[in-house]
Amino acid sequence: MIALLRRELLLAFRHPADTLAAMLFFLLVTALFPFGVGPAPEALARLAPGALLAAALLAALLPLDRLFGAEAEDGSLDQLLLSGLSGWEIALAKALAHWLTTGAPLLLAAPVAAAMLNLPEPAWGVAILVLGLATLFLSLLGTAGAALTLGARRGGVLLPLLVLPLAIPAMIFGAAGIEAAAGGVAVRPFLLLLGALTAAALPLAPLAAGAALRAE
Amino acid sequence: MLEANSLAVVRGGRVVFAGLSFNLGAGQALVLTGANGAGKSTLLRALAGLVPLAEGELRWRGAAAEAEGPESRLRYLAHAEALKPGLSVAENLAFWASCWGGAVEPALEAVDLAPLAGLPARLLSAGQRRRLALARLALAPVPLWLLDEPTVGLDAAAITRFGALLARHRAAGGAVVAATHVPLPLEGAGELRLRGAA
Repeated sequence: MIALLRRELLLAFRHPADTLAAMLFFLLVTALFPFGVGPAPEALARLAPGALLAAALLAALLPLDRLFGAEAEDGSLDQLLLSGLSGWEIALAKALAHWLTTGAPLLLAAPVAAAMLNLPEPAWGVAILVLGLATLFLSLLGTAGAALTLGARRGGVLLPLLVLPLAIPAMIFGAAGIEAAAGGVAVRPFLLLLGALTAAALPLAPLAAGAALRAE
Repeated sequence: MLEANSLAVVRGGRVVFAGLSFNLGAGQALVLTGANGAGKSTLLRALAGLVPLAEGELRWRGAAAEAEGPESRLRYLAHAEALKPGLSVAENLAFWASCWGGAVEPALEAVDLAPLAGLPARLLSAGQRRRLALARLALAPVPLWLLDEPTVGLDAAAITRFGALLARHRAAGGAVVAATHVPLPLEGAGELRLRGAA
Protein backbone atom coordinates (compact mmCIF):
# COMPACT_ATOMS: atom_id res chain seq x y z
CA MET A 1 0.00 0.00 0.00
CA ILE A 2 2.89 2.33 0.81
CA ALA A 3 4.38 1.36 -2.55
CA LEU A 4 1.16 2.35 -4.34
CA LEU A 5 1.06 5.66 -2.47
CA ARG A 6 4.69 6.28 -3.40
CA ARG A 7 3.96 5.49 -7.06
CA GLU A 8 0.99 7.89 -7.07
CA LEU A 9 3.08 10.70 -5.58
CA LEU A 10 5.92 10.04 -8.03
CA LEU A 11 3.45 10.18 -10.94
CA ALA A 12 1.93 13.43 -9.63
CA PHE A 13 5.44 14.85 -9.27
CA ARG A 14 6.25 13.92 -12.89
CA HIS A 15 2.96 15.41 -14.13
CA PRO A 16 2.35 18.44 -11.89
CA ALA A 17 -0.29 19.86 -14.25
CA ASP A 18 -3.23 18.34 -12.34
CA THR A 19 -2.05 19.77 -9.03
CA LEU A 20 -1.40 23.20 -10.53
CA ALA A 21 -4.76 23.16 -12.32
CA ALA A 22 -6.60 22.54 -9.04
CA MET A 23 -4.68 25.34 -7.29
CA LEU A 24 -5.31 27.81 -10.11
CA PHE A 25 -8.97 26.85 -10.31
CA PHE A 26 -9.31 27.49 -6.58
CA LEU A 27 -7.65 30.90 -6.83
CA LEU A 28 -9.64 31.90 -9.92
CA VAL A 29 -12.99 30.99 -8.39
CA THR A 30 -12.22 32.95 -5.22
CA ALA A 31 -10.99 35.84 -7.39
CA LEU A 32 -14.35 35.91 -9.21
CA PHE A 33 -16.32 36.64 -6.04
CA PRO A 34 -15.09 40.23 -5.54
CA PHE A 35 -16.12 40.98 -9.14
CA GLY A 36 -19.60 39.62 -8.63
CA VAL A 37 -20.29 40.90 -5.12
CA GLY A 38 -18.50 44.20 -5.44
CA PRO A 39 -15.38 45.27 -3.60
CA ALA A 40 -17.14 46.28 -0.33
CA PRO A 41 -14.87 44.72 2.35
CA GLU A 42 -17.72 43.85 4.75
CA ALA A 43 -19.77 42.07 2.11
CA LEU A 44 -16.74 40.04 1.02
CA ALA A 45 -15.76 39.12 4.57
CA ARG A 46 -19.31 37.91 5.16
CA LEU A 47 -19.09 35.65 2.13
CA ALA A 48 -15.51 34.52 2.64
CA PRO A 49 -15.98 31.32 4.72
CA GLY A 50 -18.56 29.77 2.41
CA ALA A 51 -16.81 30.90 -0.77
CA LEU A 52 -13.45 29.53 0.37
CA LEU A 53 -14.90 26.14 1.20
CA ALA A 54 -17.05 25.86 -1.92
CA ALA A 55 -14.14 26.81 -4.15
CA ALA A 56 -11.79 24.35 -2.42
CA LEU A 57 -14.27 21.46 -2.65
CA LEU A 58 -14.94 22.13 -6.34
CA ALA A 59 -11.21 22.38 -7.06
CA ALA A 60 -10.51 19.10 -5.28
CA LEU A 61 -13.31 17.50 -7.29
CA LEU A 62 -11.58 18.26 -10.62
CA PRO A 63 -9.10 15.35 -10.85
CA LEU A 64 -11.41 12.81 -9.19
CA ASP A 65 -13.00 11.27 -12.26
CA ARG A 66 -9.54 10.23 -13.54
CA LEU A 67 -8.67 8.68 -10.19
CA PHE A 68 -9.62 5.16 -11.24
CA GLY A 69 -10.53 5.91 -14.86
CA ALA A 70 -6.90 6.19 -15.94
CA GLU A 71 -6.01 3.00 -14.07
CA ALA A 72 -8.90 1.09 -15.63
CA GLU A 73 -8.03 2.24 -19.15
CA ASP A 74 -4.37 1.27 -19.13
CA GLY A 75 -5.04 -2.09 -17.46
CA SER A 76 -3.35 -1.16 -14.18
CA LEU A 77 -6.55 -1.62 -12.20
CA ASP A 78 -6.81 -5.31 -13.16
CA GLN A 79 -3.21 -5.82 -12.15
CA LEU A 80 -3.74 -3.94 -8.88
CA LEU A 81 -6.72 -6.16 -8.06
CA LEU A 82 -4.43 -9.17 -8.63
CA SER A 83 -1.53 -7.63 -6.76
CA GLY A 84 -2.51 -8.95 -3.35
CA LEU A 85 -3.68 -5.53 -2.18
CA SER A 86 -7.26 -5.63 -0.96
CA GLY A 87 -9.77 -3.24 -2.48
CA TRP A 88 -9.83 -0.94 0.54
CA GLU A 89 -6.04 -0.68 0.55
CA ILE A 90 -6.05 0.42 -3.09
CA ALA A 91 -8.82 2.93 -2.34
CA LEU A 92 -7.16 4.31 0.79
CA ALA A 93 -3.83 4.77 -1.01
CA LYS A 94 -5.68 6.50 -3.84
CA ALA A 95 -7.61 8.77 -1.47
CA LEU A 96 -4.50 9.78 0.48
CA ALA A 97 -2.59 10.40 -2.75
CA HIS A 98 -5.47 12.53 -4.02
CA TRP A 99 -5.44 14.60 -0.85
CA LEU A 100 -1.65 15.00 -0.85
CA THR A 101 -1.59 16.08 -4.49
CA THR A 102 -4.77 18.21 -4.59
CA GLY A 103 -6.07 19.02 -1.11
CA ALA A 104 -2.76 19.81 0.56
CA PRO A 105 -1.52 22.17 -2.23
CA LEU A 106 -4.79 24.11 -1.89
CA LEU A 107 -3.74 24.93 1.67
CA LEU A 108 -0.70 26.74 0.25
CA ALA A 109 -2.99 28.84 -1.92
CA ALA A 110 -5.49 29.40 0.89
CA PRO A 111 -3.83 32.53 2.40
CA VAL A 112 -3.91 34.24 -1.01
CA ALA A 113 -7.55 33.31 -1.48
CA ALA A 114 -8.38 34.42 2.07
CA ALA A 115 -6.75 37.79 1.42
CA MET A 116 -8.69 38.26 -1.81
CA LEU A 117 -11.94 37.59 0.07
CA ASN A 118 -10.96 39.90 2.92
CA LEU A 119 -11.23 37.20 5.55
CA PRO A 120 -10.08 38.72 8.88
CA GLU A 121 -6.49 37.71 9.49
CA PRO A 122 -7.03 36.02 12.89
CA ALA A 123 -9.29 33.48 11.14
CA TRP A 124 -6.66 32.38 8.58
CA GLY A 125 -5.18 29.66 10.74
CA VAL A 126 -8.57 28.12 11.41
CA ALA A 127 -9.51 28.51 7.74
CA ILE A 128 -6.46 26.49 6.67
CA LEU A 129 -7.22 23.81 9.26
CA VAL A 130 -10.86 23.63 8.14
CA LEU A 131 -9.90 23.46 4.46
CA GLY A 132 -7.44 20.68 5.25
CA LEU A 133 -10.07 18.59 7.02
CA ALA A 134 -12.81 19.34 4.49
CA THR A 135 -10.64 18.45 1.48
CA LEU A 136 -9.54 15.22 3.20
CA PHE A 137 -13.22 14.41 3.74
CA LEU A 138 -13.89 15.12 0.06
CA SER A 139 -10.91 13.01 -1.05
CA LEU A 140 -12.32 10.05 0.88
CA LEU A 141 -15.90 10.54 -0.30
CA GLY A 142 -14.72 11.24 -3.82
CA THR A 143 -12.69 8.04 -3.94
CA ALA A 144 -15.81 6.06 -3.10
CA GLY A 145 -17.74 8.06 -5.72
CA ALA A 146 -15.05 7.52 -8.34
CA ALA A 147 -15.04 3.78 -7.67
CA LEU A 148 -18.84 3.62 -7.91
CA THR A 149 -19.07 5.62 -11.15
CA LEU A 150 -16.19 3.76 -12.78
CA GLY A 151 -17.39 2.29 -16.03
CA ALA A 152 -20.59 4.36 -16.03
CA ARG A 153 -21.17 6.47 -19.11
CA ARG A 154 -20.86 10.16 -18.26
CA GLY A 155 -19.19 9.17 -14.99
CA GLY A 156 -17.62 12.63 -14.91
CA VAL A 157 -21.06 14.22 -14.51
CA LEU A 158 -22.41 11.57 -12.19
CA LEU A 159 -19.51 11.89 -9.77
CA PRO A 160 -20.19 15.47 -8.54
CA LEU A 161 -23.92 14.70 -8.37
CA LEU A 162 -23.12 11.79 -6.09
CA VAL A 163 -20.38 13.35 -3.98
CA LEU A 164 -21.27 17.01 -3.50
CA PRO A 165 -24.59 16.44 -1.64
CA LEU A 166 -22.71 14.19 0.78
CA ALA A 167 -20.17 16.96 1.33
CA ILE A 168 -22.84 19.38 2.60
CA PRO A 169 -22.22 18.58 6.30
CA ALA A 170 -18.52 19.39 5.88
CA MET A 171 -19.56 22.62 4.16
CA ILE A 172 -21.89 23.62 7.03
CA PHE A 173 -19.52 22.85 9.91
CA GLY A 174 -16.47 24.13 8.06
CA ALA A 175 -17.97 27.47 7.07
CA ALA A 176 -19.47 27.91 10.55
CA GLY A 177 -16.05 27.22 12.05
CA ILE A 178 -14.29 29.84 9.92
CA GLU A 179 -17.08 32.32 10.66
CA ALA A 180 -16.74 31.62 14.39
CA ALA A 181 -13.01 32.27 14.18
CA ALA A 182 -13.60 35.53 12.29
CA GLY A 183 -16.18 36.62 14.88
CA GLY A 184 -14.05 35.59 17.83
CA VAL A 185 -16.44 32.86 19.03
CA ALA A 186 -15.37 29.36 20.18
CA VAL A 187 -14.17 27.36 17.16
CA ARG A 188 -13.61 24.02 18.85
CA PRO A 189 -17.12 22.47 18.49
CA PHE A 190 -17.14 23.04 14.73
CA LEU A 191 -13.65 21.66 14.28
CA LEU A 192 -14.56 18.62 16.37
CA LEU A 193 -17.66 17.95 14.26
CA LEU A 194 -15.67 18.33 11.04
CA GLY A 195 -12.99 16.07 12.48
CA ALA A 196 -15.60 13.49 13.44
CA LEU A 197 -16.99 13.48 9.88
CA THR A 198 -13.52 12.93 8.46
CA ALA A 199 -12.72 10.26 11.03
CA ALA A 200 -15.92 8.41 10.13
CA ALA A 201 -15.15 8.62 6.41
CA LEU A 202 -11.59 7.40 6.90
CA PRO A 203 -12.54 3.72 7.27
CA LEU A 204 -15.99 3.75 5.63
CA ALA A 205 -15.21 5.38 2.28
CA PRO A 206 -12.25 3.11 1.39
CA LEU A 207 -14.32 0.05 2.35
CA ALA A 208 -17.16 1.17 0.06
CA ALA A 209 -14.73 2.05 -2.72
CA GLY A 210 -12.95 -1.28 -2.38
CA ALA A 211 -16.21 -3.21 -2.64
CA ALA A 212 -17.18 -1.16 -5.72
CA LEU A 213 -13.83 -1.87 -7.39
CA ARG A 214 -14.22 -5.60 -6.80
CA ALA A 215 -17.74 -5.59 -8.21
CA GLU A 216 -16.60 -3.92 -11.44
CA MET B 1 -3.72 -28.03 -10.54
CA LEU B 2 -6.49 -25.93 -12.06
CA GLU B 3 -9.85 -27.55 -12.57
CA ALA B 4 -12.75 -25.84 -14.33
CA ASN B 5 -16.20 -27.41 -14.08
CA SER B 6 -18.88 -26.26 -16.55
CA LEU B 7 -18.00 -22.57 -16.35
CA ALA B 8 -20.45 -20.02 -17.69
CA VAL B 9 -20.09 -16.26 -17.89
CA VAL B 10 -22.85 -13.77 -18.65
CA ARG B 11 -21.88 -10.22 -19.64
CA GLY B 12 -24.46 -7.57 -20.31
CA GLY B 13 -27.29 -10.12 -20.40
CA ARG B 14 -25.49 -12.18 -23.06
CA VAL B 15 -24.09 -15.64 -22.44
CA VAL B 16 -20.43 -15.41 -23.48
CA PHE B 17 -19.79 -19.12 -22.99
CA ALA B 18 -21.33 -21.93 -20.98
CA GLY B 19 -20.59 -25.49 -19.97
CA LEU B 20 -16.82 -25.09 -20.26
CA SER B 21 -14.73 -27.70 -18.47
CA PHE B 22 -11.04 -28.50 -18.51
CA ASN B 23 -8.21 -29.71 -16.34
CA LEU B 24 -4.75 -28.26 -16.23
CA GLY B 25 -1.87 -30.00 -14.52
CA ALA B 26 1.59 -28.80 -13.51
CA GLY B 27 3.77 -28.00 -16.52
CA GLN B 28 0.83 -28.19 -18.91
CA ALA B 29 -0.31 -25.55 -21.34
CA LEU B 30 -3.71 -24.80 -22.79
CA VAL B 31 -4.17 -22.65 -25.87
CA LEU B 32 -7.51 -20.91 -26.31
CA THR B 33 -8.54 -20.32 -29.89
CA GLY B 34 -11.69 -19.06 -31.51
CA ALA B 35 -13.06 -16.18 -33.54
CA ASN B 36 -13.07 -12.59 -32.29
CA GLY B 37 -15.65 -12.25 -29.56
CA ALA B 38 -15.77 -15.98 -28.86
CA GLY B 39 -14.93 -15.29 -25.22
CA LYS B 40 -11.20 -16.03 -25.00
CA SER B 41 -10.33 -12.87 -23.08
CA THR B 42 -13.42 -13.19 -20.91
CA LEU B 43 -12.45 -16.75 -20.00
CA LEU B 44 -8.97 -15.58 -19.01
CA ARG B 45 -10.44 -12.78 -16.90
CA ALA B 46 -12.84 -15.25 -15.29
CA LEU B 47 -9.93 -17.58 -14.51
CA ALA B 48 -8.13 -14.62 -12.92
CA GLY B 49 -11.24 -13.88 -10.83
CA LEU B 50 -11.80 -10.48 -12.44
CA VAL B 51 -15.12 -11.49 -13.99
CA PRO B 52 -17.74 -13.28 -11.89
CA LEU B 53 -18.84 -16.76 -12.95
CA ALA B 54 -22.55 -17.12 -13.64
CA GLU B 55 -22.30 -20.85 -13.22
CA GLY B 56 -19.76 -23.55 -12.62
CA GLU B 57 -16.85 -23.89 -10.30
CA LEU B 58 -13.16 -23.15 -10.42
CA ARG B 59 -10.96 -25.30 -8.24
CA TRP B 60 -7.31 -24.77 -7.45
CA ARG B 61 -5.33 -27.68 -6.04
CA GLY B 62 -8.52 -29.31 -4.82
CA ALA B 63 -9.94 -26.27 -3.02
CA ALA B 64 -12.14 -23.40 -4.20
CA ALA B 65 -9.98 -21.04 -6.24
CA GLU B 66 -10.79 -17.97 -4.11
CA ALA B 67 -9.33 -19.68 -1.05
CA GLU B 68 -5.85 -18.60 -2.07
CA GLY B 69 -5.06 -14.97 -2.94
CA PRO B 70 -4.37 -14.27 -6.62
CA GLU B 71 -0.95 -12.73 -5.98
CA SER B 72 0.75 -16.02 -5.08
CA ARG B 73 -1.29 -18.09 -7.53
CA LEU B 74 -1.38 -16.42 -10.92
CA ARG B 75 -0.19 -13.66 -13.23
CA TYR B 76 -2.50 -12.19 -15.83
CA LEU B 77 -1.09 -10.63 -18.99
CA ALA B 78 -3.82 -8.53 -20.59
CA HIS B 79 -4.05 -6.59 -23.84
CA ALA B 80 -3.49 -3.39 -21.91
CA GLU B 81 0.10 -3.25 -20.76
CA ALA B 82 -0.62 -1.40 -17.48
CA LEU B 83 2.39 0.88 -17.91
CA LYS B 84 2.64 4.42 -16.59
CA PRO B 85 4.16 6.60 -19.33
CA GLY B 86 5.61 9.02 -16.78
CA LEU B 87 7.69 6.37 -15.02
CA SER B 88 10.88 4.83 -16.35
CA VAL B 89 11.06 1.21 -17.49
CA ALA B 90 12.72 0.17 -14.22
CA GLU B 91 10.31 2.23 -12.07
CA ASN B 92 7.29 0.67 -13.76
CA LEU B 93 8.58 -2.79 -12.99
CA ALA B 94 9.85 -1.88 -9.51
CA PHE B 95 6.32 -1.04 -8.39
CA TRP B 96 5.06 -4.50 -9.32
CA ALA B 97 8.16 -6.06 -7.80
CA SER B 98 7.21 -4.37 -4.53
CA CYS B 99 3.80 -6.07 -4.73
CA TRP B 100 4.90 -9.50 -5.84
CA GLY B 101 8.54 -9.76 -4.86
CA GLY B 102 11.34 -10.59 -7.28
CA ALA B 103 14.16 -8.49 -8.62
CA VAL B 104 13.85 -5.90 -11.40
CA GLU B 105 17.23 -6.38 -13.12
CA PRO B 106 16.98 -10.10 -13.97
CA ALA B 107 13.38 -9.64 -15.13
CA LEU B 108 14.47 -6.89 -17.51
CA GLU B 109 17.35 -9.10 -18.70
CA ALA B 110 14.87 -11.88 -19.45
CA VAL B 111 13.06 -9.68 -21.99
CA ASP B 112 16.20 -7.87 -23.18
CA LEU B 113 15.14 -4.46 -21.86
CA ALA B 114 18.00 -3.95 -19.40
CA PRO B 115 19.76 -1.32 -21.59
CA LEU B 116 16.55 0.77 -21.61
CA ALA B 117 15.95 0.59 -17.83
CA GLY B 118 16.22 4.36 -17.35
CA LEU B 119 14.05 5.34 -20.31
CA PRO B 120 10.55 6.77 -19.67
CA ALA B 121 7.94 4.20 -20.68
CA ARG B 122 6.21 6.71 -22.96
CA LEU B 123 9.19 6.48 -25.36
CA LEU B 124 8.89 2.70 -25.81
CA SER B 125 7.70 1.16 -29.07
CA ALA B 126 4.68 -1.15 -29.06
CA GLY B 127 6.87 -4.25 -29.03
CA GLN B 128 9.01 -2.88 -26.22
CA ARG B 129 5.93 -2.05 -24.18
CA ARG B 130 4.79 -5.63 -24.68
CA ARG B 131 8.17 -6.92 -23.53
CA LEU B 132 7.99 -4.76 -20.41
CA ALA B 133 4.56 -6.25 -19.66
CA LEU B 134 6.08 -9.72 -20.16
CA ALA B 135 8.86 -8.82 -17.73
CA ARG B 136 6.22 -8.82 -14.97
CA LEU B 137 5.86 -12.59 -15.52
CA ALA B 138 9.59 -13.01 -14.90
CA LEU B 139 9.56 -11.16 -11.57
CA ALA B 140 8.60 -13.85 -9.08
CA PRO B 141 7.57 -17.42 -9.90
CA VAL B 142 3.86 -18.28 -9.60
CA PRO B 143 2.22 -21.54 -10.70
CA LEU B 144 -0.23 -20.18 -13.30
CA TRP B 145 0.20 -17.74 -16.17
CA LEU B 146 -2.88 -16.40 -17.97
CA LEU B 147 -1.76 -14.82 -21.24
CA ASP B 148 -3.97 -12.83 -23.57
CA GLU B 149 -2.32 -12.79 -27.02
CA PRO B 150 1.14 -12.54 -25.49
CA THR B 151 3.11 -12.24 -28.73
CA VAL B 152 1.27 -9.30 -30.31
CA GLY B 153 3.83 -6.80 -31.56
CA LEU B 154 6.86 -8.94 -30.73
CA ASP B 155 9.66 -9.49 -33.27
CA ALA B 156 11.12 -12.94 -33.98
CA ALA B 157 13.98 -12.55 -31.50
CA ALA B 158 11.62 -11.46 -28.74
CA ILE B 159 9.30 -14.41 -29.44
CA THR B 160 12.28 -16.78 -29.11
CA ARG B 161 13.20 -15.19 -25.77
CA PHE B 162 9.56 -15.42 -24.67
CA GLY B 163 9.59 -19.11 -25.68
CA ALA B 164 12.57 -19.65 -23.38
CA LEU B 165 10.72 -17.86 -20.57
CA LEU B 166 7.69 -20.12 -21.12
CA ALA B 167 9.84 -23.27 -21.25
CA ARG B 168 11.54 -22.35 -17.96
CA HIS B 169 8.18 -21.64 -16.33
CA ARG B 170 6.79 -24.99 -17.44
CA ALA B 171 9.95 -26.91 -16.54
CA ALA B 172 9.55 -25.53 -13.01
CA GLY B 173 6.03 -27.00 -12.89
CA GLY B 174 4.14 -23.89 -14.01
CA ALA B 175 0.97 -24.05 -16.07
CA VAL B 176 -0.05 -21.70 -18.88
CA VAL B 177 -3.40 -20.73 -20.35
CA ALA B 178 -2.96 -18.54 -23.42
CA ALA B 179 -5.45 -17.01 -25.83
CA THR B 180 -4.04 -16.53 -29.30
CA HIS B 181 -4.64 -16.27 -33.02
CA VAL B 182 -1.06 -17.13 -33.97
CA PRO B 183 1.08 -20.16 -33.11
CA LEU B 184 2.81 -19.75 -29.74
CA PRO B 185 6.12 -21.26 -28.63
CA LEU B 186 4.27 -23.77 -26.42
CA GLU B 187 5.18 -27.39 -27.14
CA GLY B 188 2.62 -30.06 -26.47
CA ALA B 189 -0.10 -27.60 -25.54
CA GLY B 190 -3.72 -28.68 -25.47
CA GLU B 191 -6.21 -26.67 -27.47
CA LEU B 192 -9.57 -25.39 -26.33
CA ARG B 193 -11.66 -24.00 -29.14
CA LEU B 194 -14.25 -21.44 -28.08
CA ARG B 195 -17.23 -21.11 -30.37
CA GLY B 196 -19.11 -18.57 -28.36
CA ALA B 197 -22.73 -19.07 -27.38
CA ALA B 198 -24.63 -16.78 -29.72
